[in-house]
Amino acid sequence: MNILYFLVGCSVLMALIFLAAFVWSLKNGQHDDVVTPGIRVLFDDEIIEPKEKNSEN
Amino acid sequence: MEQPKVIDTKLCYHCGEEISGVDLVIAEKHFCCAGCKGVYQILSANNMCAYYAYNDNPGKRLEGNTHFEYLDEQSIVSQLLNYQDQKSSIVTFYIPAIHCSSCIWLLEHLYRINPAIFDSRIDFLKREVTISFKHQEISLRKVVETLVEIGYEPAINLQDVVKENSNTVNKSLILKIAIAGFCMGNVMLFSFPDYFGLTDLEPQFKAMFAWLNLAFSIPVVFYCAKDYFLSAFASLKHKHVNLDTPLALIIAVLFLRTFIAVVFTGETGFADTLTGLVFLLLMGKWVKQRTYHHISFDRDYRSYFPIAITTLKDGKEKPKAINELVVGDRLWIRNGELIPADSILMKGDAWLDMSFVTGETDPQPKVLGEIIYAGGKQMGEGIEIEVVKNASQSYLTSLWNKDNYTDNFKQNFNDSVAKYFSIAVFLIAFSAMGYWFFNHDTTKAWAAFTAVVIVACPCVLALSTPFTLSAILALFDKKGFYVKNTDAVENLAKCNAIVFDKTGTLTTTENAKIRFTGTLTDEEKALLVSLLNHSSHPLSRQILKSISYGKFYPISKYKEIPGKGIRGLVNEQMVLAGNQSILPFDIVPNERSGVHIVMENEYKGTFIVEQEWRSGLSNLMARLQDQFALKVLSGDTNKDEKALTSFFSSAATIKFEQSPQQKLTAIQQQQETGAKVMMLGDGLNDAGALKQSDFGIAITDNINNFTPGCDAILKGSSLTLLPNFHQLSKDGLKIIKISFAIAIAYNCVGLYFAIQGTLYPLVAAVLMPISTVTIISFTTIATRFFARRNKLS
Repeated sequence: MNILYFLVGCSVLMALIFLAAFVWSLKNGQHDDVVTPGIRVLFDDEIIEPKEKNSEN
Repeated sequence: MEQPKVIDTKLCYHCGEEISGVDLVIAEKHFCCAGCKGVYQILSANNMCAYYAYNDNPGKRLEGNTHFEYLDEQSIVSQLLNYQDQKSSIVTFYIPAIHCSSCIWLLEHLYRINPAIFDSRIDFLKREVTISFKHQEISLRKVVETLVEIGYEPAINLQDVVKENSNTVNKSLILKIAIAGFCMGNVMLFSFPDYFGLTDLEPQFKAMFAWLNLAFSIPVVFYCAKDYFLSAFASLKHKHVNLDTPLALIIAVLFLRTFIAVVFTGETGFADTLTGLVFLLLMGKWVKQRTYHHISFDRDYRSYFPIAITTLKDGKEKPKAINELVVGDRLWIRNGELIPADSILMKGDAWLDMSFVTGETDPQPKVLGEIIYAGGKQMGEGIEIEVVKNASQSYLTSLWNKDNYTDNFKQNFNDSVAKYFSIAVFLIAFSAMGYWFFNHDTTKAWAAFTAVVIVACPCVLALSTPFTLSAILALFDKKGFYVKNTDAVENLAKCNAIVFDKTGTLTTTENAKIRFTGTLTDEEKALLVSLLNHSSHPLSRQILKSISYGKFYPISKYKEIPGKGIRGLVNEQMVLAGNQSILPFDIVPNERSGVHIVMENEYKGTFIVEQEWRSGLSNLMARLQDQFALKVLSGDTNKDEKALTSFFSSAATIKFEQSPQQKLTAIQQQQETGAKVMMLGDGLNDAGALKQSDFGIAITDNINNFTPGCDAILKGSSLTLLPNFHQLSKDGLKIIKISFAIAIAYNCVGLYFAIQGTLYPLVAAVLMPISTVTIISFTTIATRFFARRNKLS
């Protein structure tokens, strides 16, 4: 059963990675505005000017 | 009056308003005014007509024109910018006109209008746009003017400069919840083998799990629960006990017992209870902190004032920030601008709309050398004034800066119970300890003492209040009643007196009726309609709607005199419309205020915008008068006394011609007699009184309008629900008290084990979630029940 020491370590490490990911997303402002991105994604791509520069950054 | 036109009605392609009068057509699209047409032309020239594809008539009619010269002033610009480097600048504006997906689309494609604006992001709920631009290619002023051109004028006011960042507080709380939740989950996982008695089979794992649990509870105690300790210390310093004091004690005791158990005896401690407790407490805090992003309750005079004003120095105009104004500065006030500081009129014809200060909407004339109070709005040509007091010391702003608000410390139910609760817990804990000491069992004595403290956790108190009150908050929200926070709901429940303002509170301008005092022939109607058509003033549009006459004459010599009125030569006849100051001297109108009409030097009559009483008032007052002492404090003259007395019973006090200061004092006096006063008002002239009252409600017909600082914002149409709102808040307090009783019942079970010194971690770990679940489901169900009973769901 000593393998459990290793598995417990792995599971804690995994959980810590997810926690770190959440902390990063929070600090990065991904939870600041949860409404607008949902609307933004519904806008169609323009077909009028296909060669248009995208201002995404 | 309304003609049967079904097919005929044309709506403006841009703003959706009915087209009355001139119909501007381009590309088979109809527009109501030059402003709307202009926006369309800009958008179509930049290939941005998708704006109109996402929503029908997404635009808003342009109103007035603001000057932005002050945005060329470097000191003001740097106050507004969020960030600036060598090439680019970032600025955030609050734009009240943001209301639909088309707005998002348009404002996020600003780079098509001007490539120097390379990024723009909208926060829809907050109605904010964050714009990044290359400041070498485009000035901030040009950016703002671009926004204005397409119909999205940012609201730039004094409060923007003194922006406080409330968002970071919330973020750190979420971070704490995340960490507490993470630790709780792991601790629960490692405690499971213990719950089922499996660890006894393999003791080497038992020790490891115990150590892991201890490790996980360290960040929970020292980071997540930090605020409880700080708050407890602070309140003990002031020799006063709040709810955080027993909570901090319990967290400390739980941690110490866990630490001792793990380190010295190798037993599992109370890490599961500890982490669960902190997690739930933080959740309760979060529920309590949730608030409205799109409504601001803390507005004061600063949000009414612009950030800069034009000063005159050596005959030259120079913009200057308002908080830098000094006594002796010469100011140049244009039509529609606010007087930022108490001043003396030096030059020009002043007609001031003092509605911010007194509630009186008719413009008042001022003579040279007279003192003009801050808050007045100039209606007419530009005037020159000299500042006699700093902006922060003027009559109006002094209402805010008074010290009379400092004693507004309101203790809520939780904190008042916490004191007795803590005393009771210590009494039981010490007597249990004393009993075991007496029986010479020291270990049991310590076990019993700590167990009592753990079990008697006021966790339920800390949870039931935010959950109940925030559920009530959400119910209020649906009915158009926006309360600032959960503490305010408690204050609402305690009120026993109501003070009403009259104008804007009991009356409304929303569906104002327009009445004409004289009579017009069809020919005269045609003359008037032709004239009014050229004006974009809101009053002209309102009058046009009420006449609806479809025949037009050509017009010449049209002139619009800002703040006064309009005139023009229609079909060879001189037609004038406006207030008294535009009329020829020999004509004396019958009415003092309103839009007077004069044709060929003959007075025809006056259009009067009548304030209407809100519907259901007498019914509302009949319901309120049993529970509350009612009072009306009006800044207006007593012209409506008759109508008012018909709504109120004889017991109600009705006072007229009250200044803002008098209103404030009246409320103070009432509070000194022990009454809890609720104040309903609107506008800046009630602001002092709203703040002084125990529960200030700002009434508005449009929640996006500016409202003064208050505890709640009420939609005018929901005024009749006021007794229901009050009843539900009282029921809310009842729910909290009942849940407190339930919690005590649970605590008694726990105490039974605790006093005997046989509280096993498992019992504690089971008891806490069960009581929490019971309480939260009870509050949810009870809130719904009471909401239905009060007809609010």
